[in-house]
Parts: sequence; structure tokens; C-alpha cells
Amino acid sequence: MSEQLLQIKDLSVSVEEREILHKINLNIGRGETHVLMGPNGAGKSTLGYAVMGNPDYEITGGEILFDGRDLAEESVDKRAQAGIFLSFQNPLEVPGISLGNFIRSALEQRTGKKIRLWDFKKEMRRAMEILQMDESYAQRDLNVGFSGGEKKKAEILQLLMLNPSLAILDETDSGLDVDAVRTVSRGVEEFQKDKKGALLIITHSTRILESLHVDYTHVLVDGRIAATGDQRLVEDINANGFERFLKQEKETV
Amino acid sequence: MKEKTYVEDIGRSVYDIRNEEKDAYRVKEGLTAAIVEQISKEKKDPAWMQLFRLQSLQIYHEMEVPDWGPSLDGLNMDEIVTYVRPNTHMSAKWSEVPAEIKETFERLGIPQAERKSLAGVGAQYDSELVYHNVKAEVAEQGVVYTDLESALKGPYADMIRKHFMKLVTPRDHKFAALHGAVWSGGSFVYVPPGVSVEIPLQSYFRLNAPGAGQFEHTLIIVDEGAYLHFIEGCSAPKYNVANLHAGCVELYVGKNAKLRYSTIENWSKNMYNLNTKRAKVEEGGTMEWVSGSFGSHVSYLYPMTILNGEGSRMEFTGVTFAGKGQNLDTGAKVVHNAKRTASYMNTRSISKDGGISTFRSSVVVNNQAKKSKSAVSCQSLMLDSASRSDTIPAMDIRTQDADIGHEAKIGRISNEAVFYLMSRGISEEDARAMIVSGFADNVSKELPLEYAVEMNNLITLEMKGSIG
Repeated sequence: MSEQLLQIKDLSVSVEEREILHKINLNIGRGETHVLMGPNGAGKSTLGYAVMGNPDYEITGGEILFDGRDLAEESVDKRAQAGIFLSFQNPLEVPGISLGNFIRSALEQRTGKKIRLWDFKKEMRRAMEILQMDESYAQRDLNVGFSGGEKKKAEILQLLMLNPSLAILDETDSGLDVDAVRTVSRGVEEFQKDKKGALLIITHSTRILESLHVDYTHVLVDGRIAATGDQRLVEDINANGFERFLKQEKETV
Repeated sequence: MKEKTYVEDIGRSVYDIRNEEKDAYRVKEGLTAAIVEQISKEKKDPAWMQLFRLQSLQIYHEMEVPDWGPSLDGLNMDEIVTYVRPNTHMSAKWSEVPAEIKETFERLGIPQAERKSLAGVGAQYDSELVYHNVKAEVAEQGVVYTDLESALKGPYADMIRKHFMKLVTPRDHKFAALHGAVWSGGSFVYVPPGVSVEIPLQSYFRLNAPGAGQFEHTLIIVDEGAYLHFIEGCSAPKYNVANLHAGCVELYVGKNAKLRYSTIENWSKNMYNLNTKRAKVEEGGTMEWVSGSFGSHVSYLYPMTILNGEGSRMEFTGVTFAGKGQNLDTGAKVVHNAKRTASYMNTRSISKDGGISTFRSSVVVNNQAKKSKSAVSCQSLMLDSASRSDTIPAMDIRTQDADIGHEAKIGRISNEAVFYLMSRGISEEDARAMIVSGFADNVSKELPLEYAVEMNNLITLEMKGSIG
């Protein structure tokens, strides 16, 4: 077993022939929480998609290792089965399959075993309680007609049920009101503390981080890691914004 | 491991098992007055029916093959055997059905379904019904469910004569005329006033003989304030010669009555499915169609509803899945003939592997149909660039005082959605199947559970091997 859970080495990523990420290096250890911040358009989501394996995001250089294994040839579903999870910024609506059945079939694909309905329902009820979701949501079609907040809660519900070893949360707090952020954050906290999962939290605000322990903070500007620090870097950005990183970036260019 | 096999033969294994032909009697292929007379004699038709058949044949010869839809060049009437009688007589006891035929239907799950969830079952094998049964408690309510031939000679003879091919006349089109000449088998259902049949009745049509035609006639009369759900299923094994299905369904929905008519059609892919279905709805009545078209080589199918009484309404929910070598031309028609009538069509069509699916809708609102409403919504999904999907709406609105809407959407499976599902550990194939099943969800959720499951299985089978 590798010391590091995720190792990103000199990673360059292009979308439609345009390079978005330039030689990124980032390591995440087991159970660690990393925050990736940066202004809009810096390439934060791109990094999440590249790790998950979205075919539209082409790796043009470097490598991604998960549990010491090179992900280059792994399909998206295999990466998920290996323990990577991505919470989407805009979760897609899929009519015809209920949230509950979807989670159950995803779990069954991961474990290769049939799951007893009773155990599953119990687990699900508990997770929904943490997220203050009405149980009826389990019967509703996946994300169909959900509000922005409900979609994000459904993402975190999937996180808690699928229990990956690494969760990438892409702007999970964006577009949510204060109460919803608090609820979602409670779910993430559960994942962090009780399940000991590693996290890469992509955000450009800091509200979701208030109740979470943060090990490392990275600032991504124009497709490069401009700074890495601890929790205090979050506080710094909170007070001063990204201004100084932008300036610094211009100077180096 | 990826499966690269095409599915139409593999996935259909249950449907594809052919039985050796042991028919007791079959007419010569082709179509002549002598053959029609022979069928009529064989069936011991009343005199008027024999005349009707011969007149229909006359009309058949006068009419042209339709030139506006998929090609029918592969269909040579001189080679089609119009009447094949299986080697048995109709029975109400399952145990009396010959073993081989029984096995076929058992494989298709028919008797199991009857025990579990149906009020009555009819099973047709080639040209004749081999089994017909209705639960005692349903029969006690006065519900008649029988084969059309015996009904033609029994106490309902006059009722049948009054309604038979009055909605769909032999002049309707060439294949309606053909049906009039050689029809055989099918069901007659009568639900008396105020009687609500709580569990569905079902007919299952199985065509085993190669190069044969099936021309069953379904006549259903739901009297005032009554309710019925009728389900029909169809399948056939695949042969290298063309088979023809030109059935006819006539539905009479009485005042404040309601009829739901569900079809899961899975003919083999050498079948020409030229079926005609029509309903007439009286005041305050409701007609609901649920239609899943998966099989056949070529289909022409446009169930039509005539909203004849004030406040009558119809709903049509359909899904068509055209795979390799299939050209499925389906849709629905409605005629608003009275005030405050309402129609709603909601369809999905899916095409893959070069399949062609065309959706035609026709909405006619006559001048007297003031304050009527009609909404048509059709969505198409093309699974690859080799496939085709068309939407052809027609509207003829003769009053200003009506509310008419139409929307059509054609799309492909979104890569984003596939990525999303895969990011939870679902394989690409399963992710695509999930999205397609979800797309067809409008129909599957209208079907009784067993049929919804069967439909989803059909979609999953069709999707298997579609990647790679």
C-alpha cells in the first residue's frame, strides 16, 4: 500500500486542444483534507474531472497515481470502483431511475455483491437524516426536479453511501444558502471524521470549510499551483482575496 | 470484457425458438377468391361474413400499396400464407393445449402472468386461438371475453355484426381490405354498463409458421360507465422469409366509460407489421393507449381515436425502439368531433445501429369541437450517427376556439450524463442502458409491473453490445 493515496505528477491537461493545467504537482495522503482554491477559470474543476477521468479532458503530460496505480488507462467506472468519488458542480438529471435504486446499484457494482434491502434502507435513512433530506427523495428520479440545494445534498448522500477513499467536492457549496451550506458541511464532516476519507475540496468561498479540519490549502491560478499552505492560507484568502497570487502570477509570466 | 455481438438474434432467444410446423391445415400461399372462400368455409362463417370477405378482397385488388412510408417491396403477397390452423381446438383448459404450443407460451410467461395478475387470457397461435379463459368472478359480472369466431355465432352475433369493421372499413387502406378478406382469430370483449374490471385481460399473439400472415381481429365494447384494461403482446421467431401481420383493433368506448389498451409488440425482425387500431369514444369517455414497439422489420402503426362525444378524452403514450435493419413508422391520430374534447400524445422514439424511426402525428379538430385541447409531445433519441429519426406532425384545426400545442425534441445521449453515472462506478454499457430506459420511462411506468420489467429487459438486451 502506498503512503500517498493520490499522487499527481507534472500533470498537464487540455480541453479541446487548449491546455488548461500546466505541470501540476499535488499529493494527498490517506484521510487528509486538502482545499483547492482559486479564482474563476483557474482550472480547479478541470483537475477534478481529470482525476475522475472525463474523456473530454485530455492528459497531455505527467501522470496520476491512485494507491500507487497509474490511472491513465482506467475508465471512469473503474476509477470509481477503486475508491474515487467526484461530487459534481451541476449534477445531471437522469429520469427513470430513483436516487435510492441508483445508489444501490452503484454500491452493488462496486462491491460485486447483492446488498440486503433492509440494511441498505437503514443506512440510507441514517445518511438522509444527517443531511436533513426527506426520505421521499430516495424514491424520486435521480436529480429530476431537485432544487440546486437538493441536488448538492443528493451528491453528499451518495458520498456517504458509497464511502470512497477519496472524495473530490467540486464547488459543492456554490449557489447554496447559509443553512444548506451548513447541512452539506455536516455531511462532509461525517465523511471526514467517521469514515476517515480523504478530501479534495474545490471552492472559491470558505463557508463550507468553517466546521472542517483542513490539512493543506492550495491556490490554483491560471492552471498552476501558485501557493500551498495550511489552514491559515484559507484565512488569509478570506481576508485578502486572490489579489496577491494574481500579481505574483503575472510577474512570473 | 466487452460484448460486440449484435443483439437481435442473441437477445431474443426466448422469442426465437421455432416449433416444427405441425399445423393441421393451411391454405395455399397467395390471395385469390378461391382461397378466401376456402377460409370462410373452413371457419363456418355466417353468410354475411363470407360476402364481406369477398367484397373486401375486391377492394384489396382495387387499392394501391401505400407509397408514403417505408418500402414494402420485400412483401410479396403471392408468397404469404394467409391461413394456418394449428393442430388443436380452442380450449379453456390449459392442460388441453398441445404440449409444444403450451411450452412456447410458458416460455413467454403467459400462464404464469394469468395466475398472478390477469383476469383473463387469450392465446393465439398462428391463425387460431388455442386457449381462452376468463376468471369466474369476472364472467359473473357479465363480462364477455371470447374468441371472435364463436362470438359470431353466439348471443352476441348481432352486436358484432353492428360493429365489425365499421370503425376501420375495408376501404381504409389496402391492408385493411386484406384484413377484411382473410381475418382469423382475435378476441371479442364486452363489458356491461357500470362494470369495472379491476385486473387486466390479456391476449397474446404468437406467429410460428414461416412465410405466414396473422390477421387477428380484436373487437372491444366497453359500455356506459364501465372500465377495462386490455393488454396485448405479440412475438414470433425469426425466419428468412417475410412474415406479415395485418391485424385490426376496433374499440368502442361508451358514455363515461374508460378503456386502457396496452401493447408490447416484439415481432421478429422479418415481420411486416401493418396493423390498424381505432377507437371511438362517446360523451365523457376516456381512451388510453400505451404502446411499446420493439420488433418487426417494417411497421406502419398509428392508433387513431375519434373523440365523438362531448368532454371525451384520449391519452397516447408510446415508445418505439428501432435497431439494425428496422424501419418503424409509428405515431397516433386523433379526431376531435365534439366540444371540450381533449387529447394528449406523449411519445419517445429511439434509434440505433442504422435503425430508422419516424413519428407521425395527426390532429384534426373539427369546427364543432370548440373549447377542445390537444397537446403533442415527442422526443427522439439517436444512439449513433448511422441512425435516423424523423418527426412528421400534421394538424388540421377548423375552429379558432381550441388550444393546440406541439413540441418535438431530437437528441443524443449526453456524454456528460454517461460520465456522471460512470463516476459512481456504473459501467458505460449500463450507464447508457439506464439513460435509454429512463428515456422510455413514460411508457414503462404506465405498464403493469411485469410488463414494465419485460420492456426494460428488452431495452437492456438491445443496448448490450452497443459499445465497443
